[in-house]
Amino acid sequence: MSLLDLFKRRGSAPVARERLQVLLAYERRNRSQPDLVSVLREEIMAVIARHVQIDQDYLQVSMDRGETMSTLEIDIQIPNKSARPLAMSA
Amino acid sequence: MGKVVVVTSGKGGVGKTTSTAALGAAVARTGKKVALVDFDVGLRNLDLIMGAERRVVFDLVNVIQGTAKLSQALIRDKRVETLFLLPASQTRDKDALTEEGVGEVIEKLSSVFDYVFCDSPAGIERGAQLAMRFADEAVIVTNPEVSSVRDSDRIIGLLDARTVKAERGEQIAKHVLVTRYDAARAARGEMLSIDDVLEILSTPLLGIIPESQDVLKASNLGSPVTLSDPTNSAARAYIEAAKRLEGEELPVVVPFERKGFLDRLFGRRAA
Repeated sequence: MSLLDLFKRRGSAPVARERLQVLLAYERRNRSQPDLVSVLREEIMAVIARHVQIDQDYLQVSMDRGETMSTLEIDIQIPNKSARPLAMSA
Repeated sequence: MGKVVVVTSGKGGVGKTTSTAALGAAVARTGKKVALVDFDVGLRNLDLIMGAERRVVFDLVNVIQGTAKLSQALIRDKRVETLFLLPASQTRDKDALTEEGVGEVIEKLSSVFDYVFCDSPAGIERGAQLAMRFADEAVIVTNPEVSSVRDSDRIIGLLDARTVKAERGEQIAKHVLVTRYDAARAARGEMLSIDDVLEILSTPLLGIIPESQDVLKASNLGSPVTLSDPTNSAARAYIEAAKRLEGEELPVVVPFERKGFLDRLFGRRAA
């Protein structure tokens, strides 16, 4: 700690506090049930899988959980050949 | 094949996760491809120390159970391109890991990455044993304090008995990393000295990390200390330790107490 710190009160602790609040709010909510973002991820994947054969190697899912908003990004590369309906005969 | 390094200690709270993040980031900064694997299933924290806690989608248990591909579960660090994290599951327990599953994941990782760091849970049970099982080398994180040294000794025994390498009759390379070293207290004889620790454990020294405010600050910010401010004393010590881990021969300097004018005036300790 230097003399400067005595005058400049904003340290790293407020950042830590904010990070923990966001994380714990999310974890507490999800102790009993899966969170909305995960449910959406699974259902969206299921819908896509009905229409195209998804190669897991060409699939990237990323999430960013925020305090007021979360983002879910599903990046699927669909080879042109496989982009045909699978269940037409039924 | 990349090198598999387990970061372990037996005792909790000595700095395994902090050291995994700091060493891994220091190695990755030099351009090597590095994967950090959190083995603390149920109580993961490496994601938090790395600042990736908001980005976890899949985890080690998902990969072992086949619900996610390894490439999907790996989280790329936003600061260092060659640094990746494989988080532990927060909602399962350690029984969700199987030896075959862990073995396959480690083998795949070591075929792609130059270094795979396995962050062990505390204790000596299943989770800790699986974290060390496939290691080529071990970093034993030790505080200069009696209970930590005793637990380290216990872990060294396990490393020599329960790893695949040991069972094949080979030697697993072991290094002691002393963390939270307080030069002032050591000078006053209140803390085990480095020589004491090394003599008791008879294991070579990887480095000495001084007790430092910067380590807490880095955790607060969610950044390995070697990335957040590579110039502070703890970061420099980790960077040197990482170089030794990569085979560079650097002498270890025992930190000494250095008092500045203000410190003398206020009786504060220097890091």
